[in-house]
Amino acid sequence: MILTNTENVPGRKIVEFFGVVTGSTVRAKHIGKDILAGLKNIVGGELKGYTELLQEARTEATERMVAQAKSVGANAVVNVRFATSSIAAGAAELFAYGTAVRVE
Amino acid sequence: MQGLGALIQLGLPLLLLVVAYFTGSFVERRHYASIRRREQRARRLPVLAFRDVPPGWEVQEAALVTGTVVISLDHFKRFLANLRNLVGGRVVAYESLLDRARREAILRLQESAFEAGFRAVVNLRLEGFQVAGQGEGRGTAAVEVVAYGTGLRLARAPGGPEA
Repeated sequence: MILTNTENVPGRKIVEFFGVVTGSTVRAKHIGKDILAGLKNIVGGELKGYTELLQEARTEATERMVAQAKSVGANAVVNVRFATSSIAAGAAELFAYGTAVRVE
Repeated sequence: MQGLGALIQLGLPLLLLVVAYFTGSFVERRHYASIRRREQRARRLPVLAFRDVPPGWEVQEAALVTGTVVISLDHFKRFLANLRNLVGGRVVAYESLLDRARREAILRLQESAFEAGFRAVVNLRLEGFQVAGQGEGRGTAAVEVVAYGTGLRLARAPGGPEA
């Protein structure tokens, strides 16, 4: 499965469009990571636990989008976008969407 | 006895602020040094905010690449920013936080693209997201920045538009 965020796959020709595919996941933060993050909130700096958590979640949202694209017979998703929204304190939705296509 | 209580009540938050001032500026200086050093190296991998591949580039392979980071402000700067909220105006503390987060995310994008064998990235997008914190209205000021784009494996090294 080829993923790009451009409107086509550079170097390939799109032969068929399947429409929008999406994938999302909602994650809450881990209490242990949160305690560490609370400390980091005082001293400043990167919250590595959160970086990993959100990256992991984004990967899962992307995988769900890819699974949907596969099920309609696509071999690429173009114009992929990511969106994040916080639903409640401590929980976030990671969302990935794009257009499923078949390329040569 | 009463004096001791007052000392603890006043002294502890003050101590926290002083500690946060030193750790925060240390972390920020070290981070900026690392950013500058890595940006020198990352220059060999151009990142474009063009929506498409510039004409003349021969693309062999393309794939999505991302770079992310979550950075928190320190307690002292958050305190300053809260004071700034009273009078309004430019909040320098937040500016440097967002600057660091953005540059770090782009660097990580470049590093992961380079590792994957890509030699250029087009259609760079930057998204910011405020990570919700503990307690209402306390303003955690931790931000996530995601940089993503399409990594390109090229037949020739990217030079000028016609190179």
